[in-house]
Amino acid sequence: MGGTWEDLVGSALLGTERRRPSGVVGDAEEAAVGLLDAAAVGVVRRRAGLRPGVAGERPKTVAPDPRPELPDAARRRLEMMLTETGRSRQGTAPNLLELLPQWLATARVRGFAAPPALLPALLDIARARTDLRADALAFAGPRALWLAELNPEWKFALRAGGGAVGAASAAGDEAAQQRLWDEGLFAERVALLTRLRQTDAAGALALLVSTWRSERAEDRLMFMDALRTGLSPSDEPFLESSLADRSRNVRATAAELLSALPTSALAGRMAARARSCVSLGPDGITVEAPYECDAAMERDGVAAKPPNGRGERSWWLGQLVDAAPLSTWPARFGGRAPEQIVALPVLDDWQPDLHAAWCRAAVRQRDGAWARALLGAPSARGGPVAAIGDPAKLLAILPVDERAGWVAEFVAAHGLSEAFQMLGVCAVPWSGPLGGAVVDALDIARDGGSYPWSFSGVMGLAERCLDPAAAEQVALLSAAAEEAPNGSPGATAYWSEAFQRLTTTLRLRALMAEELGAA
Amino acid sequence: METETRWTVDQVLALAPDATSRKAGAKLATPAPWSGTGTAGTAVWGLCKGSGSKPYQTAVDTRGPAYRCSCPSRKFPCKHALALLLLWAGGADGPMATAGAAGSEPEWVEQWVAARRKKEEADAAGAGAPRASGPADPEAARRRADRRAVRVEGGAAELEQRLADLLRGGLAGADRAGHRSFDETAARMVDAQAPGLATRVRELGAIPASGGDWPSRMLEETALLHLLARGFLGREGLPGPLVDTVRARVGFTVDSAELLAGPTVRGHWLVLAQYDTTDDLTTRRIWLRDSAAGRFALVLSFGAAGRAPQLALPVGVMIEADLAYHPSAVPLRAALGPHGTTTTPPAAVPPGTPIGPALDAYGAALADDPWLDAWPVLLSDVVPIPGPDRWQLADAAGTDAIPLNGPAPWRLAALSGGHPLTLFAELTPTGAKPLTAWSPSSPTPTPVLP
Repeated sequence: MGGTWEDLVGSALLGTERRRPSGVVGDAEEAAVGLLDAAAVGVVRRRAGLRPGVAGERPKTVAPDPRPELPDAARRRLEMMLTETGRSRQGTAPNLLELLPQWLATARVRGFAAPPALLPALLDIARARTDLRADALAFAGPRALWLAELNPEWKFALRAGGGAVGAASAAGDEAAQQRLWDEGLFAERVALLTRLRQTDAAGALALLVSTWRSERAEDRLMFMDALRTGLSPSDEPFLESSLADRSRNVRATAAELLSALPTSALAGRMAARARSCVSLGPDGITVEAPYECDAAMERDGVAAKPPNGRGERSWWLGQLVDAAPLSTWPARFGGRAPEQIVALPVLDDWQPDLHAAWCRAAVRQRDGAWARALLGAPSARGGPVAAIGDPAKLLAILPVDERAGWVAEFVAAHGLSEAFQMLGVCAVPWSGPLGGAVVDALDIARDGGSYPWSFSGVMGLAERCLDPAAAEQVALLSAAAEEAPNGSPGATAYWSEAFQRLTTTLRLRALMAEELGAA
Repeated sequence: METETRWTVDQVLALAPDATSRKAGAKLATPAPWSGTGTAGTAVWGLCKGSGSKPYQTAVDTRGPAYRCSCPSRKFPCKHALALLLLWAGGADGPMATAGAAGSEPEWVEQWVAARRKKEEADAAGAGAPRASGPADPEAARRRADRRAVRVEGGAAELEQRLADLLRGGLAGADRAGHRSFDETAARMVDAQAPGLATRVRELGAIPASGGDWPSRMLEETALLHLLARGFLGREGLPGPLVDTVRARVGFTVDSAELLAGPTVRGHWLVLAQYDTTDDLTTRRIWLRDSAAGRFALVLSFGAAGRAPQLALPVGVMIEADLAYHPSAVPLRAALGPHGTTTTPPAAVPPGTPIGPALDAYGAALADDPWLDAWPVLLSDVVPIPGPDRWQLADAAGTDAIPLNGPAPWRLAALSGGHPLTLFAELTPTGAKPLTAWSPSSPTPTPVLP
């Protein structure tokens, strides 16, 4: 019989005309058959005699997840959502993938454990969609982190997920925090800083200050940005010193943060400058914009060079006013309330500049009274939209109920075309009055005879944000209606389909919530 | 009257031919579009409102299962059948509240069920008396069989010659020559009515491109092909069961009805795994195990390109059925007879073995059938271990391990979490292919094919 398996393979590779395995005889042709015979015996012996190998290093075991198992129906729903292949929106069928964020948020709140078999898919989608990451990882739980340690593609979970799940390892353990701060990856350090700012703002600042001088400029900028969380007057000395930072971006961010602290020295300096430019005369507010941007202003974060098309003086004025504390103005204008100040006439066409700067200041200082005053009455014709630019940001400062009420009135008065951004900052699900206003406005738009895709943005938002309880109201609208007399051809049928889709989605959302045991 | 356990939603969803159908079926599974639903005996039916004015008539016979729907879908089962079953699986609280007595079906359902029964009986009767009536002309049939045997012998002899030529010139030359000569040889085997040989030759052609230690694998497969051709040519001197194995591997098939007319094995078969592979046609492999006898069986079902095979048995259900093994030295492949009751057994983890005994059994089977490509094993208390190139499966207690085939088994790893679990897998010469796992925390089987 032939020699070793390696001997046989060697001969097979070269051919028996050139090389014969030991013990195989005959001419080349006979030797080829002999080689095959020997190999046949060899392969059966090899395979039938397979022995176990030696186990490699075992993975550590995952800690138990004490959370309750996901109910069956919810598990199947999740499985379907995770296998959804992002189809384009069409027909009356809801797009499950768009409902995934809400589903994950609910599952997280309800405190269910993710089914182990679905964790790989969950990690894949959390990797692809950063908007889902926090909820997906919190829901995925400790077992997902265990998996992520085995798969480099899921490494992101170890950094991002630390904030969501593994906080315990860092919270309260100062030695561990210091070690992570000193040795961690950049993202881990940012996560640690942000997390600490929520619970121990001063401690976080101390950690940052301990290494500040040795950090790179880009990193300093990101760390500085993390101080937005939990910002307080006790941060002022550090921020003030950062106004002399080598990096221009770091300086600008420090100035911006200081101006959000109305009691800071910087805010005081800016208030003095702003006051010198804006005064109340007998006919209204007069504005004397700065004639130069001096070194002191630049040090306080004023950018000297305006963007293209913008006048220097108006550019400087805007920066002074938006960095000055809003409390400057009632004092300056005879104790008037914000509403009264906003109503004052502004001379020489300075009104848009001044009001826009106040809007930015209100947003930066999160001043509800000023936001309310600047927004004005939602139903005012030709109202605030044009004047103030970004009402969504102002709305975001107002309490949730007030916000929804304002937008509801706005939609009732002006329709939907300007409302998209504002709807986006309203709490989900929409309040009854807001949902009602949106549905009514859609109904009116249909009666007006335009095509539904002019409103596809709002429709998509409504699918995700309307209270599922509105489904039956919407269902009534989906019943076929007569063509509007001046309507675009076929529009009625398209509207009917759009409303059907909305109804189906709302019902599905109700069902999904029910499957998750949500009230 | 036959009473059936209602299926679970998971079992119904497992019947869907693809993910799209699953979703479409799930969306339709609300009471709104349905009317006239009912269930009696093994039949479930209903009318589903579609886009047209006339609703679709949908009916399912849970024996089989078999489907009928008046919709134009070419999916099988269609979304209406799936939705109907989902409603039914929803239980007695749903729209399919009460099971009627047999005979309470609407006429169109009754006719369909009756036609199915009639055909089944005819099949059974035909199969039941095979030798009595037999083929119309036994003499002609024998002549046909002889002619085929001669042609296959010619093919096997030609293959022997070609393999010898290959080894004379050397495999290195085969690498340079590429696929072509193997494809040509495969075509010759098809002409010789030996499809089994043709498939193996074609696979041989792909090995040189598979990297790594290809010459060794190439020699293994060439030698096994040589052994098969020689086995067929010398079949007169082989023991009976081995002849059956050789004939099956060469490509002789046995008709299922004929098999089922012979000796059958009745059992309560637990569905361990079901998965599809697709090339020109879709092959569905369904692994069964009779818990009483501890016996495995492999049932194959085929679908033309793009269509799902008709037979679908969800993992975790138990069927009571007669089954006939294809004759072989290592009986595994089987034809499935009519199966009555489908039940969901109380979830229980089947008993398995450690890795050592599983490899011993595999070795013994390979000694009887060297061409065996997949051997079913149930492994208890095993842990998947990640590796830089390949994963391993190791006994929880001890150091025995075998490599895992295919891409990284993340689902399996997620279920295990580093803890031991029970795994049903196919053993191959290169390692194990994980199919279904029972995690330590749950006695419900979970498919884990990556």
